[in-house]
Amino acid sequence: MLQIRWHGRGGQGVVAAARLLGRAAAVYEGRYALSFPSFGTERRGAPVKAFTRLGDRPIRDRSQIYTPDCVVVFDVTLLEGGDTWQGLRHGGIFLLNAPFEPHSLPLQGVTFYRVDVTALAREVLGQPLVNTAMVGVLAGITGWVSGEAVKGAIFDLFPARLAEKNWLAAEKAYLLGQELREKGRRA
Amino acid sequence: MRDYRNANEAVALAVRLARVEVVAAYPITPQTAIVEEIAGQIARGELDAEYIRVESEHSALAACYGAAVAGARVFTATSSQGLAYMYEMLHYASGSRVPVVMAVVNRGLAAPWTIWTDHQDSVSCRDTGWIQLYVETAQEALDTALQAYRIAEHGEVLTPVMVCLDGFVLSHTEEVVEIPRQEEVDSFLPPYRPAYYVDPERPAVFAPGMGPDLYPSYKRSQQLAMEKAREVIKAVDEEFGALFGRRYGGLAEPYRCEGAKAVLVTLGSVTSTAREVVDRLRQQGHAVGLLRLRALRPFPAQEIREILGGAEVVAVLDRNCSFGLEGAVCTEVKAALYGLARQPQVLGFIRGLGGQDISQADIEEIFQHALSFSPGRR
Repeated sequence: MLQIRWHGRGGQGVVAAARLLGRAAAVYEGRYALSFPSFGTERRGAPVKAFTRLGDRPIRDRSQIYTPDCVVVFDVTLLEGGDTWQGLRHGGIFLLNAPFEPHSLPLQGVTFYRVDVTALAREVLGQPLVNTAMVGVLAGITGWVSGEAVKGAIFDLFPARLAEKNWLAAEKAYLLGQELREKGRRA
Repeated sequence: MRDYRNANEAVALAVRLARVEVVAAYPITPQTAIVEEIAGQIARGELDAEYIRVESEHSALAACYGAAVAGARVFTATSSQGLAYMYEMLHYASGSRVPVVMAVVNRGLAAPWTIWTDHQDSVSCRDTGWIQLYVETAQEALDTALQAYRIAEHGEVLTPVMVCLDGFVLSHTEEVVEIPRQEEVDSFLPPYRPAYYVDPERPAVFAPGMGPDLYPSYKRSQQLAMEKAREVIKAVDEEFGALFGRRYGGLAEPYRCEGAKAVLVTLGSVTSTAREVVDRLRQQGHAVGLLRLRALRPFPAQEIREILGGAEVVAVLDRNCSFGLEGAVCTEVKAALYGLARQPQVLGFIRGLGGQDISQADIEEIFQHALSFSPGRR
């Protein structure tokens, strides 16, 4: 089973991203998934967490994710909170959306990826809406779900016109992720 | 069809598949998504139902009551304070024997104010004469909502049903859900055709004033209907299983209780996480098991005696507190075991109030506690 914890700010679509990844695996790859929002106060701009579990058997653990295989951070300012990497497993992946390299993070035994997904989203969508592209990058880097599965889930969850634009962004991000695969910085 | 849905969406799908005719509800987190989705279904023409907008939960249930008395299949949903506000009407519905089905998306009660899950809301309504079924997954929420109509509308039951599902842990958690086809559901659940309903051609009174000479006989009939509901719940679950391939154990579902020294009793979504812990502890050689109570009313006392009678220690996980005593389920499990020649020790654990996460480690700790409990110590 793979456990992914998503960190973002209210309004950035972390909950939708968690669902998108789960749907891609569950509906388009015949696997099992569980996705849910953090159990905290959700307000626009406030730190928000969401969770996805992926597996080949029905997923029964419904508690929050304490030892993720992967942490995805939508907003570089969340690093200041200091809890994004909490519990990240040895050998896990830390994926950060940031326009610049952050100063040293206390990461050990994990692989670190930084991608400027906001720039990519601005370019394709004309807006800094990163959630579908973040799922694309993650899928590209890890291969945990296929690009086709992500595409299917995007078209299920968005109205046609929005889906097309979002898939453009996610596909671009997916290809970028594939290029980065195995090229993360070992920390 | 294999889909990826949360339990709120699953319940709304069940309402559509059940061809519900009247819906009246008032929004409250975390239930709101159910009635929003139903409103959408009606607006899109997917469900031919009357949606009555009301100013409160009390009125929501009053409207459902009226529609049910007129012979319609009805649905409503609420949570927490909303359920508390319905309290008076809960008794009207059960006393008048109208088969309302209501989704209760479990949420703690204020104060302090919370939107997160526990069972205080529905457990506080334990004695309102409603059947209460607690579900473990989004799939079971959908399937149980369908089963609930068969149970509630059964001629010898005619008792309203609460389908209780944990807020957020189920209501806002997406997972794989198999959505039954309409034809399959139609064959399982025929249209509601009550023997008695308000009809100008056949004047009748529902909920009349009643003197002490007859009132007790009405209450007795409610109790007998609940007794009847025991077998109906089991039979409906069996029939559903034969048609759809999914069964939920009727009133209570044991998991790996064979030869178990310590058994955990659960209600709701925590069961799912507990199965994981039971498997791991079994693998490590610990004789542990799990008993999930699906029905709180009617209470599965017989099943509890049969399944728990052989255990040495029973740990009851309550997501509620009957202040001044203990967790409500703990008390009831003890009462069910009363009179057995060899009674297991019963330990109560109150966890997960107001959305407090219940992790595998928390459940394992409860099992360790139970396993290390020596029978001589009380």
